[in-house]
Amino acid sequence: MTDATANGKPEMLTTADGKPLKAALIRAQARARRRAFLLVLPLLAFILITFVMPIGQMLHQSVYNPGFVMHEDIGSGKRTPIMTNLKVWFDENPAGTEPDEAAFAALHEDMLLLRELRAPGQVGTRVNYERGGSRSMFTKAARRAERMDPPYKEAFLDVDEEWADPELWRVMRDASSAYTFNFYLAALDRSKNADGEIVSVDENRQIYIKLFTRTLFLSVLITFLTFLLGYPIAHLLATLPLRYSNLLMIFVLLPFWTSLLVRTTSWMVLLQSQGVVNDALVGMGILGDDNRLQMMYNQIGTVVAMTHILLPFMVLPLYSVMRPINPSYVRAARSLGATSWTAFRRIYFPQTVPGIGAGALLVFILAVGYYITPALVGGADGQLISNLIAFHMQNSLNWSLAAALAALLLAGILILYWLYDRLIGIDNLKLG
Amino acid sequence: MKLKSVLMATALTGVAFGAQAQEVTVMSWGGAYTKSQVEAYHKPFTAETGIKVNSVDADNPATPIKAQVEAGNVSIDVADVEFSDAVRLCDEGLLEPIDHGMLPAAPDGTAATDDFIEGALQDCAVANIVWSTVMAYNSENVDGTPTTIADFFDTGKFPGKRGLRKSAKATLEMALMADGVPAGEVYDVLETDEGIDRAFTKLDTIKDDIVWWEAGAQPPQLLADGEVVMSTAYNGRIFNAAVGEGQPLEIVWDGQILDFDLFVVPKGAPNKDAAMKFIAFSTDTKRLADQASWISYGPARKSSGAMVGLYSDGKTEMAPHMPTAAANLENALVNNFEFWVDMDAELNERFNAWLAN
Repeated sequence: MTDATANGKPEMLTTADGKPLKAALIRAQARARRRAFLLVLPLLAFILITFVMPIGQMLHQSVYNPGFVMHEDIGSGKRTPIMTNLKVWFDENPAGTEPDEAAFAALHEDMLLLRELRAPGQVGTRVNYERGGSRSMFTKAARRAERMDPPYKEAFLDVDEEWADPELWRVMRDASSAYTFNFYLAALDRSKNADGEIVSVDENRQIYIKLFTRTLFLSVLITFLTFLLGYPIAHLLATLPLRYSNLLMIFVLLPFWTSLLVRTTSWMVLLQSQGVVNDALVGMGILGDDNRLQMMYNQIGTVVAMTHILLPFMVLPLYSVMRPINPSYVRAARSLGATSWTAFRRIYFPQTVPGIGAGALLVFILAVGYYITPALVGGADGQLISNLIAFHMQNSLNWSLAAALAALLLAGILILYWLYDRLIGIDNLKLG
Repeated sequence: MKLKSVLMATALTGVAFGAQAQEVTVMSWGGAYTKSQVEAYHKPFTAETGIKVNSVDADNPATPIKAQVEAGNVSIDVADVEFSDAVRLCDEGLLEPIDHGMLPAAPDGTAATDDFIEGALQDCAVANIVWSTVMAYNSENVDGTPTTIADFFDTGKFPGKRGLRKSAKATLEMALMADGVPAGEVYDVLETDEGIDRAFTKLDTIKDDIVWWEAGAQPPQLLADGEVVMSTAYNGRIFNAAVGEGQPLEIVWDGQILDFDLFVVPKGAPNKDAAMKFIAFSTDTKRLADQASWISYGPARKSSGAMVGLYSDGKTEMAPHMPTAAANLENALVNNFEFWVDMDAELNERFNAWLAN
C-alpha cells in the first residue's frame, strides 16, 4: 500500500489535474456500470414484462375477485360499484346475524341495479364459486326484482327458499370484500361453513391435495427414471471417441428437436390397446387378443411418455459434466488396487454429482408443471395438478382458483429449491 | 383433442393479426360438423356477399370466449356454442345482444320469431341446429345388439371398453336413465344429493372400462379403431362416419339427450357487422335446411323441416336420421339449460374429483 508517507500521515492521492483519485475512480467505474446496466436493460425489461408482472398478476388474482363488488362494462370500460347497499348492511351487522328485512331491502335495491347493468350473472357466478347452485338464484331474483313489493324478505323467499340459507349469506359477506383467501382454502380442499369456521369439504369433492401429492410423486418417479436411463447413456457419450459419440448425440438431440405433440402422439400410436406394442405382443403369442395391456389413458402412459420426453434434460447436463472428467483418475484408482465398483463409487460418481443435481432439478421442475402430455395420454388417473389449473382457466373459468392452485405449486417448487440448496448447495449445480 | 386446441390457439393468433374489414371468423366444433357449416353457410355467404369466412375449430368454442373478451383481444366474430353456455356467457355480459328483427322471415311470410322452435332465440344467441348426444356402437366388435341406454352400462352382457365425453353434462343424465330413471324425471332426481350420488354410483360400475373423449371427432375414430365397442357421441358424427364413410357404426336412440347449438357474437368482435350478417344469412330457412343435407342435425326453424331432403350422397333420406324424428324420440331427454348454467361448476368439480379417485 502506498497511502502512508514518511511523516506517518495518509496523503491523499490525486489525479494529474488534482482531483482525488478515489472520487475519479468511482466516477469512471460508475460510467462503466451505467453502460453495463444499459446493455442488460432490454433483458431486464423483458423479464419484468413477461415474467415478473404476469406472476405478480397471478398472485394478485388468487386473492382478488371483484365479481361481487365492481361491474366493468366491456364495451366502454366504465366501472360501476355494485352490491353497495348490501355491503353497508354487512358492515353494520356482525357475521352470523340473521338477515332481516333491512338486509333483503338492501339486496332488492342492489338487484335493481344489477338488472340495469345486466350483471346478475357475474354476481351469481362469484357466489357460485363457493356455493354451487346459487347462480340462477341471482338471475331469477334480478328478473323479478322490478315486480317485487315489500316486505322484500318474503318476496325473495317466494322466488327461492334458499335465500334464507345462512351459508349463502356467509358467502355473500365474504364476497362483498374483493380480497379473500377463500380461493386458497378451496385449493386445499377446505371451505368455510355457515359460521365461518374452516372445514374440510366432503370426501367425494376432495381432489386438489390428492393431485398435488400425485404430481410430486410422479415427478420424483420420472426424475429418478430419467436418471436411471440417462446416466449410462451420458457416460457412453462422454467416453466414446468423438466421431461415434457425435452420432449418438444426434439420437439424443433428434427427439429433443421434435415437436412435443409429435412425440406424445407417437407414444399414443405405440401404447394404445390396438397399438404397435400390443399388436406385437399378441402377434408373438405372448398376450391373448382379449387381454391386451392397458398402457395408455392411465399413469403408465403419463410416466412412460414424460420420461422419454424429459430424458434429454437429464442426459445433456450429465454429459457436459462427464466429458471433462479425466479418465486417468479412475485408472489411478484401479492401479492403486480399487475394484472397478469402488473406483466408480469413490472417484467417478462424486465428480458427476453437479450434473446429476442440475439434471434432476431441471427434469423435476419441468415435470411438476407438465400439461399437454398427461392431458393426452393420462386418461383419468394420470392427470396432474396442471391439468386442473388448465381446467379452471379454460372450462370452469374460475381464474382465481386457478391462480391459487398455481401459486401453491410455485410455493411448493420454491420450498423444494430451498431444500435442495440446503442439502446439496445450489453452487454445486452445473448446467454445462 | 387437446392437441387440436393447442394448434387452434396458434391459428387464432394468426387470425387476430390478419383480420381485415371484409372478413368474418367463425369458430365451430371441427370435423364433419364444421364441414357441414362450411358447405351450407360459409361458401354461399362468401359467394353472395364477398365477405371471406375464416373457419377455426375448438373442442368447445365457448371456452376461448371469456379469455378473449376479458383480455380485450377478441379474434372470433361468431362462435357456435351449446345452450347452457350461450345463456351463461350472455348473463356474464360477454356476448353482444342480437336483434331478432334482423332475422329473415320464413318463405311463407311467418316472422322469424314465430318460425324458430321454442327456446331457439335468446337475447344473445340464435340457434342453428338441434343435435343430440347418443350412444353408438361398432356392430363388428360388439357381440349382440345393444338396444337401450342400460346396455351401455352393462359390461357383463356387452363386454368391452366404453367411450364417454369427459364432462359431467350428459354423462350424469345418461347414467341415471340407464339406472331406470324415466327421461321426464332425470333433472328432478339430479337436483338432489342422493340423485347425484346415484349417478356416480352407476358410473362406478363401468369406471375401469371408460376411455374419455373430448373432441367430437374422437368417438367415431375410437369406435372405428376398435379402441372402444360403444361410445357416447354427437349423433351427426356417427351418421357421417356410418353413411358417409361406410363405417359399421350404429346409433341407439334410447336415452338420447337433445340440445341446441347456437350462434353467438363475443363482445368486442372485430367484425361485428359482418358477424350479424353472417348469422342472419346462415339461419334463414334454406341454409338451415341445406346444412341438414350434410350432417344429421335438425334445423332450428320449423319452416326448414319440410325442405330437408337427401344426404349429400344423393340417395339417403335424412328424415329418419334426425334426432327429432318421431321414432327416435321415444325415450329422449331435452337438456335442461337452466340446470346446467347453475350446476355446471359444482358438478364438474365433483366429476373431476370422482375421475381422480
